[in-house]
Amino acid sequence: MTPERQFDVLVVGAGPAGLAAACCAAESGRRVGVVDDNPDLGGQIWRGERVHPHHKEAGAWLQRVRTASLDFLPGMQVIGQNGPGRLLAETADGACELRFERLILAPGARERFLPFPGWTLPGVLGAGGLQAMVKGGLPIEGRRVVVAGSGPLLLAVAAYLRTRGAKASLIAEQAAWSALLPFGLALLRTQPDKTRQALALRWALRGVPYRTDCWPMRADGDGKLASVTLTNGRRTWSVPCDYLACGFGLVPNLELPLLMGCDVRAGFVAVDEMQQTSVNGVYGAGEVTGIGGLDKSLTEGQIAGYAATGQPAKARRLVAARKRSQRFAATLNTAFALRDELRHVAAPDTLVCRCEDVSYDRVRRHESWRAAKLQTRCGMGPCQGRVCGAATEFLFGWPTTSVRPPIYPTALANFLESPANPASLA
Amino acid sequence: MPETIRIKVNGVAVDVPEHTNVAAAVTRAGHVHFRRSVTGQPRGPLCGMGICFECRVTIDGQPHRRSCQVLCRPGMEIQTDDA
Amino acid sequence: MSVPTCQVAVLGAGIVGAACARALAQADFQVVIIDPNPIGSGATAAGMGHILLIDDSPAQFALTQNSRQQWNDLAPELPDDCEFVKCGTLWLAADEDELDEVRRKEERFRAAGVAAEVLDTRQLAAAEPNLRAGLLGAFFIPDDRVIYPPCAARWMIEEAQRHGTQLRTGVSAIEVTGKEVRLSDGSRISVEFTVHATGCGTAKMLPGVPIRPRKGHLIITDRYPGFVRHALLELGYIKKAHGTDTDSVSCVVHPRRTGQVLVGSSRQFDAESKDVDPRMLARVVARATEFLPGLTRLSGIRAWTGFRAATPDGLPLIGPYPELPGLYLATGHEGHGITTSLGTAELIVDHLTGRTPRLPLEPYLPARFSGVPAHA
Repeated sequence: MTPERQFDVLVVGAGPAGLAAACCAAESGRRVGVVDDNPDLGGQIWRGERVHPHHKEAGAWLQRVRTASLDFLPGMQVIGQNGPGRLLAETADGACELRFERLILAPGARERFLPFPGWTLPGVLGAGGLQAMVKGGLPIEGRRVVVAGSGPLLLAVAAYLRTRGAKASLIAEQAAWSALLPFGLALLRTQPDKTRQALALRWALRGVPYRTDCWPMRADGDGKLASVTLTNGRRTWSVPCDYLACGFGLVPNLELPLLMGCDVRAGFVAVDEMQQTSVNGVYGAGEVTGIGGLDKSLTEGQIAGYAATGQPAKARRLVAARKRSQRFAATLNTAFALRDELRHVAAPDTLVCRCEDVSYDRVRRHESWRAAKLQTRCGMGPCQGRVCGAATEFLFGWPTTSVRPPIYPTALANFLESPANPASLA
Repeated sequence: MPETIRIKVNGVAVDVPEHTNVAAAVTRAGHVHFRRSVTGQPRGPLCGMGICFECRVTIDGQPHRRSCQVLCRPGMEIQTDDA
Repeated sequence: MSVPTCQVAVLGAGIVGAACARALAQADFQVVIIDPNPIGSGATAAGMGHILLIDDSPAQFALTQNSRQQWNDLAPELPDDCEFVKCGTLWLAADEDELDEVRRKEERFRAAGVAAEVLDTRQLAAAEPNLRAGLLGAFFIPDDRVIYPPCAARWMIEEAQRHGTQLRTGVSAIEVTGKEVRLSDGSRISVEFTVHATGCGTAKMLPGVPIRPRKGHLIITDRYPGFVRHALLELGYIKKAHGTDTDSVSCVVHPRRTGQVLVGSSRQFDAESKDVDPRMLARVVARATEFLPGLTRLSGIRAWTGFRAATPDGLPLIGPYPELPGLYLATGHEGHGITTSLGTAELIVDHLTGRTPRLPLEPYLPARFSGVPAHA
């Protein structure tokens, strides 16, 4: 028999949005659970904060989580629905059914990876990817790292790696200086805290060149990364390195919202003023409703947590703050918009789908994501298109808003036996 | 002093600090290649957060495990594709 | 060529439409294929891709024999991405009744002169080590195969295109009169013949065609080369496939060339939603696990559903639609459209050219159902 857990409010995702939602929901006295596939709280951005605290705001929220009355279900991956009001999750010990009255989806975002020659070489990782690996115990001391791609994450990653002893040789930001300037000014004008953070980051990265208008052309090495070739559109040059940490912004984790039938507009989960999705009783918060960073996630999480537990007055008090964080997010996304040249870095034989080894040339012949999947196996491997789907969305403008269960591969045993499932006893 | 955990990577004993995940442990054991792709290319971790499936290894006889999502436990036996 | 060049619209770019277009184009017809969706993205993509002999009626046996022969003849030409593998079929006997069925099958196959073999318990265990102990035996059909249908459909359409066929995806046919097809983009095509190969879609466009969608669930695993070696079906499948109106599941497990294991399947009438039903999926997995206990440990990466176009007698509808001269049906293949696409295409060419058919035409004629003309 599959074990089951019953909650008034279930929160999926224990990053900032999910934790904020859970804390606020718990104020109502209702039974609140937070489920996350990672072994610890914090999501990607606060990964490892409980063991090695760095971030003041993270510390404050984690303290609040500790004192709140809620159940944390770590190391548990939601794999699908199990009928209305029920999710099916995988744990180290098998399947578990999670029942809820209200659901708050805060599954966060992942990095967007774009294909370029050599990007499949061992040693080429995501920017957040390399950071997560180092937090997971990867030794980085004395290793030469080039950080490339786009977004404020590059700076944070480089600074973090440096504190762990890495030699950060270069940060290559694809956005143009002219696009970043208005962003910097807006930051100065409206977000003094963020300006201080940015200055602190820059100080931590003193001596590390930060090049704008600069992106990777190719990675080379015999069986593993040895160097990366960069360009600024006028000239190209190579930088020897042990790791290339490379991410092109973030894409929302839409799999669960899509599976639950939530409307998605312009690539994000559509929500109303109280963060409710198109599905009654299902809320969305954080990066899934629009890439916007920490403040937006925390504010939306709080609103969702209050709204889902009949505390609308408290939720309404945060609406103005949400507006500000969304405006900041919009400025950010404009500043770091991906340049068109990145659509043309892949060579015909560059792999787009790394699970099934499908080349750019084979994928681009098709008229849609669906056709490419069916005809080339692109996106049909175990990552279920999480990497190549986000890439082809940018490269070819293909929307990839279809999803099939399970939302993560899982042992077939986990589809069996469930209390809701008399069939499995037959 | 942090506790260490003894595991085996491709049959060779390796000591890693507590809280080390399997992906980091495989790298600490000196392996760059985690798996062979379906056309035989060497691959290592990419996303570090369980979404890309590039860091798959065999853990205690179970193939296709995402090494970045699993913490090392004493006595764990890990096999890469090149083992 | 003795056949005059004329225009045929094939509605549906699934495997049946693709096979019809290819055969018609090779017979010098001028063909246009119309489908609102990408090639092979309907039931063709949803199905398992089993090329097999079905002997539950003489007409089905004849059609599947003809078709399987054509497939096997094509083997050297099929491109690599069709993943055509000669794995053979094992029909599994779990009890004495099913063992009796094995013996009846043996007689029918011997009479037809088709290669097949009976395996006893020990031989079956050696052939498929991951099957549970205690199965009584199996009926082995060595020349059955599995294929990846969407690529096979694309290849057939490419073949047709080499003979001048036009492909129009992204538009649908919204009205078919005897000599004209009106498309969703406002354009019209004047035709001599129209071949309706839209599976369950046929019933929507042509009320009275006795097709009911029969939903199926499948799930595919990550790569575990050698876990199963043959296409495995429980013999109970036959009773369930054509028995009753109630929902049923049976153990159908295929090896893919990739090393993936494809696990099915369920049969449900009157299930309109395309969504995967967790309960039905659980039943499918549970049933397959009864035969292959080790399946529980394999990682499932994708589950999906599809709709088979089922007819009351389990045979397809191939031939003229009596109410509308020039309109032909090539639909209603239920779970066997991948196999019988080639035989269907041959029959369609027989009808359109009037040549002497190798197969009897009558068992498949839409007119065998009185409702067809009456409600048209």
